[in-house]
Amino acid sequence: MSTVTADTHAAHGEHAPTSSFLKTYVFSLDHKIIGLQFLFSTLIWFSVGGLLAMGIRWQLAYPWRPMPLLGNLLAGPEGGQIAPENYTMLVTMHATVMIFFVIIPILAGAFGNFLIPLMIGADDMAVPVLNMLSYWFMWPAFFFIGSSFFVEGGAAQGGWTSYPPLSVIQQAAPGSLEGQTLWLLGVTFVGISSMMGSINYMTTIIQMRAPGMTMFRLPMTIWGMFITAVLQAFALPVLTAAGFMQLSDRMIGTGFFLPEGAMANNSPMETGGGQPLLWQHLFWFYSHPAVYIMILPAMGMVSDILSTFARKPLFGYKPMVYSISGIAGLGFIVWGHHMFVSGMNPMLGMTFMVSTMMIALPSAIKTFNWLGTLWGGKIQFTTPMLFAISFVSMFIIGGLSGIFMAATPVDIFIHDTYYIVAHFHYVLFCGTAMAVFGGIYYWFPKMFGRMMNDSWGKVHFSLTFILMNCVFYPMHILGMQGFPRRLADPYHYETFRNLLEVNQFISWCAFLLMASQSIFVVNFFYSMFFGPRAGRNPWKANGLEWQAPSPPGHGNFDFQPIIYRGPYEYGSPEVDEDYYPQTQPPKEKAIPNDQ
Amino acid sequence: MKHFWSFLFFLVPLFGVATFVFAPHFNIWLPRDVSEQGRTIDNLFMFILYLTGIVFIVTESVLFYFLWKYDGKSNKESVKFSHGSHALELVWTIIPAVTLLFIAIYQMQAWAADKIDAPAIPFTAEVTGRQFNWDFRYPGPDGELYTQDDIVRTDGKLYLPVNEQIMLKITSGDVLHSFFLPNLRVKQDVVPGMAQKMWFKGKKTGGFDIVCAELCGWGHYKMKGRVFFLPRDEYDAKLVELSAEQDKMTVQVPEEE
Repeated sequence: MSTVTADTHAAHGEHAPTSSFLKTYVFSLDHKIIGLQFLFSTLIWFSVGGLLAMGIRWQLAYPWRPMPLLGNLLAGPEGGQIAPENYTMLVTMHATVMIFFVIIPILAGAFGNFLIPLMIGADDMAVPVLNMLSYWFMWPAFFFIGSSFFVEGGAAQGGWTSYPPLSVIQQAAPGSLEGQTLWLLGVTFVGISSMMGSINYMTTIIQMRAPGMTMFRLPMTIWGMFITAVLQAFALPVLTAAGFMQLSDRMIGTGFFLPEGAMANNSPMETGGGQPLLWQHLFWFYSHPAVYIMILPAMGMVSDILSTFARKPLFGYKPMVYSISGIAGLGFIVWGHHMFVSGMNPMLGMTFMVSTMMIALPSAIKTFNWLGTLWGGKIQFTTPMLFAISFVSMFIIGGLSGIFMAATPVDIFIHDTYYIVAHFHYVLFCGTAMAVFGGIYYWFPKMFGRMMNDSWGKVHFSLTFILMNCVFYPMHILGMQGFPRRLADPYHYETFRNLLEVNQFISWCAFLLMASQSIFVVNFFYSMFFGPRAGRNPWKANGLEWQAPSPPGHGNFDFQPIIYRGPYEYGSPEVDEDYYPQTQPPKEKAIPNDQ
Repeated sequence: MKHFWSFLFFLVPLFGVATFVFAPHFNIWLPRDVSEQGRTIDNLFMFILYLTGIVFIVTESVLFYFLWKYDGKSNKESVKFSHGSHALELVWTIIPAVTLLFIAIYQMQAWAADKIDAPAIPFTAEVTGRQFNWDFRYPGPDGELYTQDDIVRTDGKLYLPVNEQIMLKITSGDVLHSFFLPNLRVKQDVVPGMAQKMWFKGKKTGGFDIVCAELCGWGHYKMKGRVFFLPRDEYDAKLVELSAEQDKMTVQVPEEE
């Protein structure tokens, strides 16, 4: 690392490698270690969120029957039976954990931290101390949410959307006691962590690119991370402010979200004058952009993986960049589509409907470009590639089902039904989570210097792919029947009694899906210690990160990276090999190829 | 097996189409429509289903074809070194944009009819959601709410005249609920501090489920009601019966759940 850019190297000189275990692996300032810390934490929470989902699926398949094995853990000491208040807690906490502790921090925290400096040719983040703090500020959140399961009344039960008055009036639900307060504190700390991360990512990407790395030579992964950081910086303060308003409604008796004459348990409340819809506007002003925070980095990662294993340039790089920027812009004016039947002025529904229809457009452009990338390539079906292709395949479903929701009259019927559940699981689980798995298999050699087992990876992929479709596809059909979300016992209604068998099929597929993830866990840890050693560039990829040692040492590069071209020059006629790394100087004196 | 992976991905459109083809045969489809405006919503749903269905089958088939044709093991041709095509980008931007805009404009009429253009008629009844019950208040003989002759019911049964325009006033007594009648394709969140209007016309007599569609606490799942559509004469007789029943009672104590 003798010739790393002088000024950045000087800035990071003070955290040179030390022998102290605590400084190297715990309070590390190195972006790669922080990325791995995020990765391990989020994977642990992924399994927690998965177990919570198993509780939900058990109840829907076998209502009120004691749950074997997990019952006592999830449902308390009532012989493993899931009580109705525990069911609403399960749905709330499954979503909270998956969104705030898994999808957002694994994309931005784990992959963002690990990849951004490596892919742009920097030796670390712009502000390493802030980076370390962004990880450690997750721990108060872990503590608050984790401990909320054990307080009186249990964890929050107001849904992950936390709509008041249910979440504010303490008498309204058992989980509206301390559980809800801890929920708000937890989400606030996740917000602080993300905020620190997003400032760091923006600064790093703008300021610390290696010589020759223009903005239009950045890999799509970095573009995804960059736009995500921008979204977070603008949207998060709104959620944090709203969280504090709800907290003060709960703790000191303000009335932002409680109307005049609010009742709880048949007794009038003293506060009033507020408006429950205000929370929904504020919440979705953050949480709709958050949907893109949860998918743009995944889209970027998928673009990189597809191009690498199709051995072909990414089709339409600039339209891809423009479309994610378009998503970022439009993402701020579509929040109202979560509120079509909320009681918001129906005239607003019209404008939100048109903007929502239009936000489907950039996603469509991206999908066609991914197909264009596969066209005419030489596709290598490695494990990361299979996950990336499954992202495209599943994202088509998730994208198309979104059109039903954007159509306001149809949304009147399917709003709050399983149609919605099917849609967002196709986008977030079948989409984003598959991209995350693909990303782990793809960058594992760079993270640990060893390869994961490809055959077991393919077994893991096949089982996951088939089972998740069996779990989420039939949910569209449930939704068409009007089957609502969040009902502890839907068979209470005549209309839904015939859906028990479908739910049992879904649940058994879900149990198998959860079980099949153990293949991944074993492969991950075994390969970490005993996998075959990976060279610098096991996939013969172009990206800058593959020119660094595996794993990269402190300061990342053992040479000064100079960038000559974009990251997608696969199969270029200029060279004999089918790849042309970004740092490889042109053979003749050619004008630098700027795509 | 050669081309195993491309065929695995082809399972997606196969499974997807099969699910939607077989679901009606297992009686899992849009629930029976007993309303006047439901047909518009169902038609719109089916229109979008066909449209997205075609796009779904075409794109997934293209994906399958590319995976099959350009499998690195069998494809001996050299890679098509292309960074994109401006013409193609324009085509696949403009066509979806026009289609999406068409859907948006096409269904504005239905949205307006369901949520904006309220008929100027008096309230047939008032619906109040509370944890965990639906309460109903009928105006009584004078046709006005909140007068002495109002009929208040807390048994979760709503009686309405069939084949007549209904206008409901919807309020909440405590937290958010959502008044959802699957067989009539209507849904409206119930917000404390606000009064919502909902209008529809039932076309079939009989009883149908009222579902709460917004999480409202631990008893959310059992917040069930029934709506009964009666011919006008039976409806009038029912209101007289309910009124008489109410006169016999002295104090209505809300039941503790």
